[in-house]
Amino acid sequence: MKILVPVKRVVDYNVKVRVKADGTGVDIANVKMSMNPFDEIAVEEAVRLKEKGAATEVIAVSCGVAQCQETLRTALAIGADRAIHVETDAELQPLAVAKLLAALVGKEAPGLVILGKQAIDDDANQTGQMLAALLDRPQATFASKVEVAGDKAQVTREIDGGLETVAVSLPAIVTTDLRLNEPRYVTLPNIMKAKKKPLEKVTPADLGVDVAPRLKTLKVSEPAGRQAGIKVADVAALVDKLKNEAKVI
Amino acid sequence: MTVLVIAEHDNASIKGATLNAVSAAGQLGGDVHVLVAGQNAGAAAQAAAQIAGVAKVLHADGASLAHGLAENVAAQVLELAGGYGHLVFAATASGKNVAPRVAARLDVAQLSEITKIISADTFERPIYAGNAIATVQSADTVKVITVRGTAFDAAPATGGSAAVEAVAAVGDAGSSAFVGNELAKSERPELTAAKVIVSGGRALGSAEKFNEVITPLADKLGAAIGASRAAVDAGYAPNDLQVGQTGKIVAPQLYVAVGISGAIQHLAGMKDSKVIVAINKDPEAPIFAVADYGLEADLFTAVPALTQAV
Repeated sequence: MKILVPVKRVVDYNVKVRVKADGTGVDIANVKMSMNPFDEIAVEEAVRLKEKGAATEVIAVSCGVAQCQETLRTALAIGADRAIHVETDAELQPLAVAKLLAALVGKEAPGLVILGKQAIDDDANQTGQMLAALLDRPQATFASKVEVAGDKAQVTREIDGGLETVAVSLPAIVTTDLRLNEPRYVTLPNIMKAKKKPLEKVTPADLGVDVAPRLKTLKVSEPAGRQAGIKVADVAALVDKLKNEAKVI
Repeated sequence: MTVLVIAEHDNASIKGATLNAVSAAGQLGGDVHVLVAGQNAGAAAQAAAQIAGVAKVLHADGASLAHGLAENVAAQVLELAGGYGHLVFAATASGKNVAPRVAARLDVAQLSEITKIISADTFERPIYAGNAIATVQSADTVKVITVRGTAFDAAPATGGSAAVEAVAAVGDAGSSAFVGNELAKSERPELTAAKVIVSGGRALGSAEKFNEVITPLADKLGAAIGASRAAVDAGYAPNDLQVGQTGKIVAPQLYVAVGISGAIQHLAGMKDSKVIVAINKDPEAPIFAVADYGLEADLFTAVPALTQAV
């Protein structure tokens, strides 16, 4: 069984982004870019399934600008076997990415597609579910445990108020939540090895997908600021403020 | 155009987040209909009919809908979607699971976690963990939306008297099955609906200390308990208590952050709280930059003292 793992290049999660003065977006020039953390968990899970013998090949995919290849090399260093770069400079929204991935699933026929539940830039939380819908396949989102047995996967999901377990017939789409695993540290020998692994380039046109954005961003602005308050000297002063000034207790 | 809100429910009652979604739907113009898709969900459908501002309730009842499986619920929504201009979901685990499936089948974009409605096709939504707010416009004929509950007041749960119309339930897609669940049983208010939240971070040091320090204060304040991602990652608290970009988004009247440094991802989940209290011994902790009241102190003495004093 092949596993397809889409990975997204995003602003590193430690970077606090700044909104551009002209309101057209956030300033990502010269900021550190990394693999979306949830996607790293997805790659790790796919590699573990391969190591356990539940999968035979892990294929990483990234859609976007030329530098996405760096993100793909990271996936290869974690342990993916080969990579596909869908290269485009166009703005990609989740529906377009889902269509690109659906086209690749058509070519590669993976038994599982494992994606991050959301990217930490647009916070959309859509692509996996959309891919499942386009393929008319079952989905198990927000996974904290994945077990593959025969032609089914049993997935424990993080839901509001606790956990839920579902069984999905393969091929299926899984999206990862934080607790699924802790991605390994990438070692230097593996980074070197990753440079030699195959990386194939295709374009949206090759896949026959129209990636034109459906949503128009009219402007991007700073959120309403929150002023720092005051420091109180001790617990008694805090209780006094909460009772008499804020009146919340 | 009429708006269809997909209710979140447990077959017996309507979940709070649905009330916020109904109130957002009311701002779109046009009648608001609510879909209750479940099994033996008559009571939930009746409850939906009582919500102020709801013109009609569609009640689909069948075994395929018993556990809210995304494949079947999405199919049910698609079955009814014709004629609606907006399909509105609460941005909960369940809404987020189903909505994109519906949007993709309709070949339309989805607007995730909207926080403000500018017009029927233009919305504000946070991006980059709330560090920026995007104003986005949809040209699609149908708008599939998830609503961030904290950004919209809850519609009154009573006062309405909508008609309940039974609609045929879809069959089971057959590709997924519910196996079981483990839901935390708690007498506490639900995190996303609580008026007061006491939240603990990594500084608590262990699950035992988390419980020993946070729980008594939460009990005293009648508060829900939250946790930072660091505390969840370290195993001090279960994931469903996580507040932040990748956990729950909350906006209580009072948020007490105990031993939480205030990473961007955490602030994203709680900075709309009315009053924020931070207790931390690190004077440089970023949490103090958003706190109304900061107490620079050792939490292991300050929190028990606070528990005593309130």
